[in-house]
Amino acid sequence: MHHTLIALVEDKPGVLNRIASLFRRRNFNIESLTVGRTAERGVSRMTIVIDSDQASAERVTAYLYKLVNVLQVEDLGSVPAVARDLALVKVTVAGHDRAALLRVVDETRAHIVDTGEQTMTLEITGEPPHVDAVIGRLEPLGIIEMVRTGRVAMRRGDTALSAAKYS
Amino acid sequence: MPKRTGAQIIWECLVHEGVQTVFGYPGGAILPAYDAMLDYPVRHVLVRHEQGATHMADGYARAGGGVGVAIATSGPGATNMVTGIATAMMDSSPVVCITGQVPSKLIGYDAFQETDISGITVPITKHNYLVMRVEDIMPAIKEAFFLAKSGRPGPVLVDITKDAQAASIDWEWDPSPVRMRGYRPERPVARPDLEKAVALIRESQRPVILAGQGVIQSGAMRELAAFAERIDSPIAMTLLGLGGVPASHRLNLGMMGMHGEAWVNHAIQEADLLMAFGMRFDDRVTGNTKTYAPNAKKIHVDIDPSEINKNIRADAAIVADLRETLKDLLDVIERADHAPWIAYIDSMKGDAAVRDIQKLPDSGHLYAAHVINDIWRITEGKAVVVTDVGQHQMWEAQYYHHETPRSLITSGGLGTMGFAVPAAIGAKMARPDAEVWAIVGDGGFQMTQAELATAAQEGVKINIAIINNGYLGMVRQWQEFFYERRYAATPLRSPDFVKIAEAHGLEGFRVDKRGQVLDVVQRARRAEGTVLIDFRVEQEDSVYPMVPAGADLDAMIRRPEPSVLAETGADPI
Repeated sequence: MHHTLIALVEDKPGVLNRIASLFRRRNFNIESLTVGRTAERGVSRMTIVIDSDQASAERVTAYLYKLVNVLQVEDLGSVPAVARDLALVKVTVAGHDRAALLRVVDETRAHIVDTGEQTMTLEITGEPPHVDAVIGRLEPLGIIEMVRTGRVAMRRGDTALSAAKYS
Repeated sequence: MPKRTGAQIIWECLVHEGVQTVFGYPGGAILPAYDAMLDYPVRHVLVRHEQGATHMADGYARAGGGVGVAIATSGPGATNMVTGIATAMMDSSPVVCITGQVPSKLIGYDAFQETDISGITVPITKHNYLVMRVEDIMPAIKEAFFLAKSGRPGPVLVDITKDAQAASIDWEWDPSPVRMRGYRPERPVARPDLEKAVALIRESQRPVILAGQGVIQSGAMRELAAFAERIDSPIAMTLLGLGGVPASHRLNLGMMGMHGEAWVNHAIQEADLLMAFGMRFDDRVTGNTKTYAPNAKKIHVDIDPSEINKNIRADAAIVADLRETLKDLLDVIERADHAPWIAYIDSMKGDAAVRDIQKLPDSGHLYAAHVINDIWRITEGKAVVVTDVGQHQMWEAQYYHHETPRSLITSGGLGTMGFAVPAAIGAKMARPDAEVWAIVGDGGFQMTQAELATAAQEGVKINIAIINNGYLGMVRQWQEFFYERRYAATPLRSPDFVKIAEAHGLEGFRVDKRGQVLDVVQRARRAEGTVLIDFRVEQEDSVYPMVPAGADLDAMIRRPEPSVLAETGADPI
């Protein structure tokens, strides 16, 4: 089962290494990890997806809290949440029907963000399963390069995750 | 504000933190700090290897209850500390390591003696720092001490670049308390958790308390004894917990686990309630977790929330300081009587008594258990004993009966051979009035034997008992039990330890008969300097009982009864 954990961490050198080291040392496999700034100064936000059972997710949460630079952890597995993934996909347009590709773009809300002589680069954003599905449709057309951000997620409703109480 | 160099600030901070003794080894990247040291009232103990410095700092912390400090240079100086840091981490010992680092502008360029020690020690420190600016030195050291000793204690490393040590700023000590955004060690006892625990305690007819090192670290000895007496519950001890409850206390069953006495493990397996106080259900304590105490509810009290439900699922958990928790429990819990349960456990002791190696008559062979028990009797159980790792460590736990906290210092979690001699030196520095014994195997002694020179140079008086059986004994025992006596790489030929002692200007004795033990131990105790005794013990004796790794806790290999005990090894002398 997939667990999406959000960690608010101090924006200090080496923090990413400490988090990565923890998952490696405790023998948890990271499926995806994204890091970015938050609205609060000096606070970064990590979205970590792991494949684990509920007990293991609770253990990871406890271990994350042991890291001095970790301010707050939330497991989005237990609450309604919005999740997004973004992919950039470079597809070859040589040697097949350009119209087939444009049909996929049209039907899947993908965006054409760049065109070359032989290729077209698409941006796909959505729930991770949606991105998977679009990529599945593009594969037969010839993907020559791809990048995904990994999942970012946020709890639904008015509750906000904030490190303000740790200031 | 006066001007201070980074090097001076390091010592200013250490002095303000109450540090009087540091253990270290100089080198290029830490030279500015060593130069400044001469102007500060701190005793520096020059070790022979940086691993020794970390073990000494660890022993110093465990014996004295304060923070131990170790200092080394960059590169190999720092990497030599790794074993000692990992040892302190596994046993939650408050140690601060200060290392020099190459100048900041050279970091990342593979400079001479550059190593990424903050990266290397991420998994084996509670936290660590790489300090590249002189103004960051004080905050890092203040936080390091705060982290090392608060909450669940542990080692913290502060790596300071040479240029930060050399630079100057206007500086004064900031006496304000440390505040850290992501670290809140103080945790009040949560009422609902406490009530849940109280309900389980009231229902129990066959309770057992599992007392770990947390009892000692939270200073809960008195409260624990009062609580156990109030609810009339037997207490089983972890290795690191020994001394947290006096061995002679009527409710103290002794050590549990792999080499615990049979009645202790049976009591745990048959209990209806386990109260785990400041212990972490290590695999050496539980055996097979699937069959562990199958009918018992579990109450787990620990300051570290990540220990709850890690190895054993808790029915009630309290994440808080143990002493505070016990005080709260004592406020509400009623007196109880479990005489039938205690009598039942007592009835199991008869069988063990028959098998007790102390019952073995003096056959001319010298048994390690006899030696250790004799040392216990001669020292009236009042010594601080520092052990290494292996058979002698388990015999010590079985046959030296500890009455007071911080009187047994041993590498439990990491199981670090070579720990005893340097940790004993550190322990003696922390408690100069205590009688300190290092009990160590012939293998482990040779791992850090060089620290004899440190003891000699510093004039530190410890007593070293080498339990010399000519084997890496515990590994040999496993080979005997589980590998068809194929003794791969366990026979050990050692130098003449008495001569080794003499080469250091220290006294050395050899003992190979039980009748010699009393006299030689007394001579060692009376001597002014460090004394080494080479006890030539029975070569192929084993530690009993033994729960094979991963087996059910009550599936113990028992010591054969004396009449059938096979006397092996050398001919009777």
